[in-house]
This record gives sequence, C-alpha cells and structure tokens, in this order.
Amino acid sequence: MAEVLVLVDHLNGELKKTTFEALTAARELGEPSAVVVGAPGTAGKFKEQLGSYGAAKVYVAESEDAANYLVTPKVDALAKLVEQASPAAVIVTASAEGKEVSGRLAIRVGGGLVYDAVGVNSDGTVEQSVFGGAYSVKSKAKGLPIISVRPGAVEAAQAEGAAAEESVELPAVDAAKAAKITGVEPVVGGDRPELTEATIVVSGGRGVGSAEKFEVVEKLADSLGAAVGASRAAVDSGYYPAQFQVGQTGKTVSPQLYVALGISGAIQHRAGMQTSKTIVAVNKDPEAPIFEIADFGVVGDLFNVAPQLTDEVTKRKS
Amino acid sequence: MTNIVVLVKQVPDTYSERKLSDDDYTLDRESADAVLDEINEKAVEEALKIKEAGEGEVTVISVGPDRATDAIRKALSMGADKAIHVSDEALRGSDAVATAKVLAAAVGKVEGVDLVIAGNEASDGRAGAVPAMLAELLGVPQLTQVRSLTVEGGTIKADRETDDGLTHLEASLPALVSVTEKINEPRYPSFKGIMAAKKKPVETLTIGDLGVDAGAVGLGNALSTVVEAAPKPPRTAGERVEDEGDGGSKIAEYLVGQKII
Repeated sequence: MAEVLVLVDHLNGELKKTTFEALTAARELGEPSAVVVGAPGTAGKFKEQLGSYGAAKVYVAESEDAANYLVTPKVDALAKLVEQASPAAVIVTASAEGKEVSGRLAIRVGGGLVYDAVGVNSDGTVEQSVFGGAYSVKSKAKGLPIISVRPGAVEAAQAEGAAAEESVELPAVDAAKAAKITGVEPVVGGDRPELTEATIVVSGGRGVGSAEKFEVVEKLADSLGAAVGASRAAVDSGYYPAQFQVGQTGKTVSPQLYVALGISGAIQHRAGMQTSKTIVAVNKDPEAPIFEIADFGVVGDLFNVAPQLTDEVTKRKS
Repeated sequence: MTNIVVLVKQVPDTYSERKLSDDDYTLDRESADAVLDEINEKAVEEALKIKEAGEGEVTVISVGPDRATDAIRKALSMGADKAIHVSDEALRGSDAVATAKVLAAAVGKVEGVDLVIAGNEASDGRAGAVPAMLAELLGVPQLTQVRSLTVEGGTIKADRETDDGLTHLEASLPALVSVTEKINEPRYPSFKGIMAAKKKPVETLTIGDLGVDAGAVGLGNALSTVVEAAPKPPRTAGERVEDEGDGGSKIAEYLVGQKII
C-alpha cells in the first residue's frame, strides 16, 4: 500500500489530538507514516500512541536545530522524505504552523496544495468548507497532494500500526534563511479545552454586558466541559480576550454543540460557527438573526436561562 | 534606510454575502463589496512606523484585477510611497503556489528589499500560507503571525502568536514578516494623504513584465483545483421557545433528547 506522510503535531512533549485526526484521514489514501520533527528524545514516547492510530512507520527527525528554528526544519524533513519515500500524499494539521509548512513544502517539491480540508476521500478528492461554511467544495490536487486537515473535522479512530522507527538526518539550518526561536511562552489556558479542538463551545456576546458578567458563560462552559468563546462585539467591548474570538476575523469552530449566549448572530460571527453540528441560542431579542440558524432557541434573559442550564447539567452529571 | 515592501489584497467584504461563480468555482468578485483587507491596513501601518522611526521607503505590491487599484490607493493615502500593481487576465483562478511565485517576482522588481510585510491571512481565501511560501521562494527568514516586531540594524525581533502561545523570534535582514490583528491600530488616511496619493507612482505590470510564464499561472495550471462546489443548504431555524422561567431546563431537555448530555 502507498505510504502517506503525516507530520506529527506536538507541543511541550505532548502529542496533540490533531495528530490522531491526521493519521485517521491519511488511512483513506494509504498507509500512514508519522513524521516526528523535534528536539532529541521527542519521538520515543510518542511511538506507541502513533502506532495505535495506524502509523506503520515513525520517521524520527531530531536535532537541536529542529526545535530552535521556526517551520523550516519541518519542511526540510518532509521534503527529504518526499524524495526518499515517494509518498501518495502528505498530510498536516491546518494550524497556523501546519499551513505554513504545507505551503512551503508545495513550493519546494512542487506538489498540489489543498488546505483546510474537512474530509479526505479514498479517491483522492478532498472536502473543504469555505466562506465560513457557506459553500461545500470538493478539490483535487495534481501531482503530490499536500493536504492540511482542519482540527476537529475528522473523527480520530484507532487502528493497528507497526510504528517501525526510522531515523532521518536533517540538513544543517542556514541561519540567513530561517528565524531562530529565542523563547516560548505556552498558552496558560487553564483546564478548559482548546477552542478549535473542543467538542462543545459556549460563547458570549454583547448581551453579556461586562467582563465580570462573563462568569455566567464560563460557569456553563465548565459544567459542560466546554471551551469558552466570544463574539467580535464582546471582544471589541473588552469583555473577553481576543484569542477567544469566534468569527470571520477570529477562530472557526465546528463543535458538536455550540451555545450562543447574548449573541445577535451577524454574518461575521456565523462565518466562524455555522458548521457546528447543533446550535443552541439564548437572546432577549426575538428578531436576532442567530435564531435563524439555531436548532433550539430560547427568547429570554441569558442571566436567567444560563445559570438554570448550568444547574441542570451539573445535576445530571452527579 | 529600510526598504520595505507591503503586500496588499483586495477582498470581498466579510460583512457582505460572498459567492463562488457557477461556471468555474472561482471567487465571484462582483457579488460582494470589495475592500482593502483589514489586516493589510495593519501591515501598511507597521511599515510606516518602521519608516518613520528611521529612514526608509514603503512600496505597496498588489496582485489582482483592475479594481485592486482601490486597495493600492488606500495604502498610498495612508503614507506608502509607491506601488506595483500586477494585473493580468492570465492570473485569474491562480492557486496559492502561483500567487506566491508572482508575488516573489514582483518583490524582485524592487531593489534592495530589507523587509517584506504581509497580513497573516486574507479573509477570503484563508490559506494563511502565502507569506510562508513567499519566504521559501525569496530564501529569507520567515517571521509570521507576529503581534509585535522591532528592527534594529540588521536584526529583526518579533513575537509570534498562535494557538500554541507566544514564540519569540530573531533573524537577520532581509526577512519576511506577516502580522496578526493585534499588531497595531492603523491610522486613517488624512485629507492631505488622500490628495497626495493621487500623485504617487503606481507601476502596472503584466506577468510578462515579471518574466513569469503564463503556463505557470491561472486556473488551468493550478496544481489544486475545485472539482465541485455547492452552496450549503442554509441552516433552518429549529424549535424556539419563550423563557417562562424554565428556559434553562428546556435547553437541558433538548440536549438530553439529542443525546448531547
């Protein structure tokens, strides 16, 4: 079976869930080979998990430089393996870095770039969702497909893989052509799941009214084990930090459940969440456009409805 | 003297309805209001700040149909010095790889470039990869998704912000930067700026002028193409209830019914 290279997404010595999603997507096209690029000693502890999601091989490209330079070491490793293994496709996560890696790789090895896929089909076509979910698009790459897969879009499924280790020697970094990483400050996100990876997202909008009152959104989110999001209006009003913004100019999320509290539902916002599987909205204004796309809507004061829902959820859990 | 190139792009306004054309699935550019992508104004602002802190020249480059002129004029009225507009029918439907190649060729037309600044991601295509691809083609360090940057002598330092957190970066010039929304608050063009922009030089080039082969660009030569596209059936409104003191419980019942909780 043809080999499919999958770039392993990892942070602070932990594999990200998106790696398993990428391995699952890769199995549609062939036999996945996981490619680990990082500081010496990174791949060892990932091997077993990579195998449990079907990685037949684990390529290990480790060096000090690999961890100390931005993006380019990953491109170097993949480019070398494309030449060496002639894979059927290359799959990365459509994160900021993944998209950059795939773009540079397409330039270097001349492949066909398909980005932000929401599905990969066995005939080599790729499903995309554009303009904030207003259009479904099916694309096909000419030559080597280099595909980035949207986090959360493919459901990770386990499969057996041998995870046979093979080391890859990285070329020396040309410092005039690369950016050196002089320090990192990981996000202190607390216990909540990452917004784009969460199964449930609870978001607040202008209707929340103040930064302090966002607590009502957070409490509901915590009862559901959800991530917290915010509309652009809420972010612009200073109620919640910009990194949690959902919408055209913020994050695109497609969780199983999206709860919109005090969000009117402007196109701006809908573009970032309308591919969610189920949408629940609470708004005082019966005319709010969010109700046009909500599977279940409550016209009412979020400060009455949300705490009651939090209690109900907590009760059911205990 | 810092010689800076800023890349700008005309995009459909995200507040209007955006469509793909029925015949070949390219962006229906007529269907939506076109604006200078918000992120580009921030790229221009950052270039102007660096220029104003010392000495320099800011050249705007835009690849796109004739109406990209509006985006270029906006950048010039903010204070950029001159512009290159690459406009060519052959470019229609170009993919990200071809776009990056054309941009690289256009940057090559500006002599002694120290810094290329772009927005991190256009709001229409959202590929988010063109700046990185351009760095690959130009053979310069890539400092992308940055929320702050400083240039001192031949060194550039920047803070990259992604979902993973902050990464501090350092590289030597020449380099390529892409900026995020947080980088700055762009200035409004002054009346004087708007008037002055009308006299600033805008060089219009075809891909032939850039030495780019027409066989490497356009829809027919794209390495990835759309084979099917359809507007998603619009979501329809589901059940809606008035809160009569039991709104929260009703949502809970609904979620239980859907097996979500």
